[in-house]
Amino acid sequence: MDYLTENIDSLNQKLAAGTVSADELLQASLDQIDAHKNLNAWITVDKDAKPDADLDFKASKLAGVPIAIKDNIVTKGLRTTAASHILDNFVPVYDATVIKRLHKAQATIFGKTNMDEFAMGSSNENSYFGLVRNPWNLDHVPGGSSGGSAAAIASGDVVAALGSDTGGSIRQPAAFNGIFGIKPTYGRVSRWGLIAFGSSLDQIGVLTKRVRDAAEVLNVIAGPDDHDATVSERPVPDFTAALGKDVKGLRVAVPKEYMSDAVDADVRAAVQKQIDALQAAGAIINEVTLPYTKYVVPTYYLIASSEASSNLQRYDGIRYGFRAKDTKNLMDVYLKSRSEGFGEEVKRRIMLGSFALSAGYYDAYFMQASRVRTLICRDFDNIFKDNDVIVGPTTTTPAFKIGEEIQDPVKMYNNDILTISANLAGLPAASVPAGLSDDGLPVGFQIMGQRFDEAHVFQTADFIECSNKFYQQKPAGLED
Amino acid sequence: MKLTREDIAHIATLSRLSFDDKELDKFTKQMGEIIDMANQLQAVDTEGVPATTQVVDRDTVFREDQPEKWQTRSEMMQNVPDSSNGFIKVPVIIDKDDND
Repeated sequence: MDYLTENIDSLNQKLAAGTVSADELLQASLDQIDAHKNLNAWITVDKDAKPDADLDFKASKLAGVPIAIKDNIVTKGLRTTAASHILDNFVPVYDATVIKRLHKAQATIFGKTNMDEFAMGSSNENSYFGLVRNPWNLDHVPGGSSGGSAAAIASGDVVAALGSDTGGSIRQPAAFNGIFGIKPTYGRVSRWGLIAFGSSLDQIGVLTKRVRDAAEVLNVIAGPDDHDATVSERPVPDFTAALGKDVKGLRVAVPKEYMSDAVDADVRAAVQKQIDALQAAGAIINEVTLPYTKYVVPTYYLIASSEASSNLQRYDGIRYGFRAKDTKNLMDVYLKSRSEGFGEEVKRRIMLGSFALSAGYYDAYFMQASRVRTLICRDFDNIFKDNDVIVGPTTTTPAFKIGEEIQDPVKMYNNDILTISANLAGLPAASVPAGLSDDGLPVGFQIMGQRFDEAHVFQTADFIECSNKFYQQKPAGLED
Repeated sequence: MKLTREDIAHIATLSRLSFDDKELDKFTKQMGEIIDMANQLQAVDTEGVPATTQVVDRDTVFREDQPEKWQTRSEMMQNVPDSSNGFIKVPVIIDKDDND
């Protein structure tokens, strides 16, 4: 089974025809994971997992299809660590809503993918379980924080993976790995059972090789949930209905800030090719401006870190997770368990958040960032009055080298400049492959839509996928 | 504003984290650089602009206050690092030395 040439529909047909069994599909995933051990894309794999009995291939396209789960989404009985020492022995006693829905659709859930600790990072170098390598070039990072999910798709371990995106954590690794990734609208998918990082920004989404596959998985996981009051009650459309639609007349905005000199020339060139293809097919291209782009990185890091410092208070070494030894009193348990249990980047974000929320600095930092967030949202509202989608590069550079930026937090944070606005404004956004850089590394094309308008995002991504057929290429790093 | 080493030590206490001298030096430098970046926002005119703290499209959600079956006691205790007779064990709250 070569997952790089398969998709959910093709697997479903083979399963229904009986030419392959769900057990064989699962075994194929386990074999692939074994063959790609050097990528370190997985944290926990349950070799004794079994596909559902009584699979109904007509009722569910996901029936018997192995799906990877990022390790910050809780899975009952399957260790869930958020790639942190503080949770390295944590076995959840319940399933996240998205997991329940995948189980109902009879998908096979058997393993958890590597990530930056608590989803904090843009390179997957912040994992307690070691860094992940990029299948296109093993000396380069896979991006983060959903780096394991992205590398697992790009190397053909599975055809679909769940990720989470707080500031680009699905789209940036999707771009770096030459695959598709979508962060739906904030409120489209339940966050119940997603280990919280920045609660006003976090959203679960899907990484796949093919656009249609992501639409099919999103169809299953989206929609209202009694356990998460932030999920919208709007009806969930069939996302596959948007695929194959003509882009003639589609109004496409291109922010000039996203195509500036700050973006690598070969990245810009690859992105421009896709814009030209859209135009040639009859889409209307409008150059627009997002004047607050230069402020999105500080705005995001203040807000996300403030929310994180609050969310991560719960890790106290008392009820679950790691507890330090040799403690003399309760305060000592907190201090030592947290100091030994959290990695450096997580501590940095907790510290930044505590500072931004502390007496004397709250208004100047947290509240000022929250006011600038309003201005950023208004920028987008204005553009969507006259446009259906906003497009540009997903990242300013292709995947950088392992070790290149990890010692410089500010440089690392600036990687996220093109992706974090969608989180601040709650917009759906996706990355679809645009081509290769001069160095043979994938370049991502980002598509953002109006809130709850994933349909136009899927439509545009599907057009790009059909026009450049990037999915036919295989990662260079996989060849011996 | 410039954060001093003492400021960083204070924020660490608020965060329930402790650092050795070397880490404290490193964090003082790195936090300083991050705050410098954050200071760019002071230049933005936000007079009269309301804050956005969430982008949810629903108002406050109400539901009936009805009990629901959830995990059993033994499930809840599964991940507890230290327990005895069904209770979570924690160290003394007051320093052992203080009781001497």
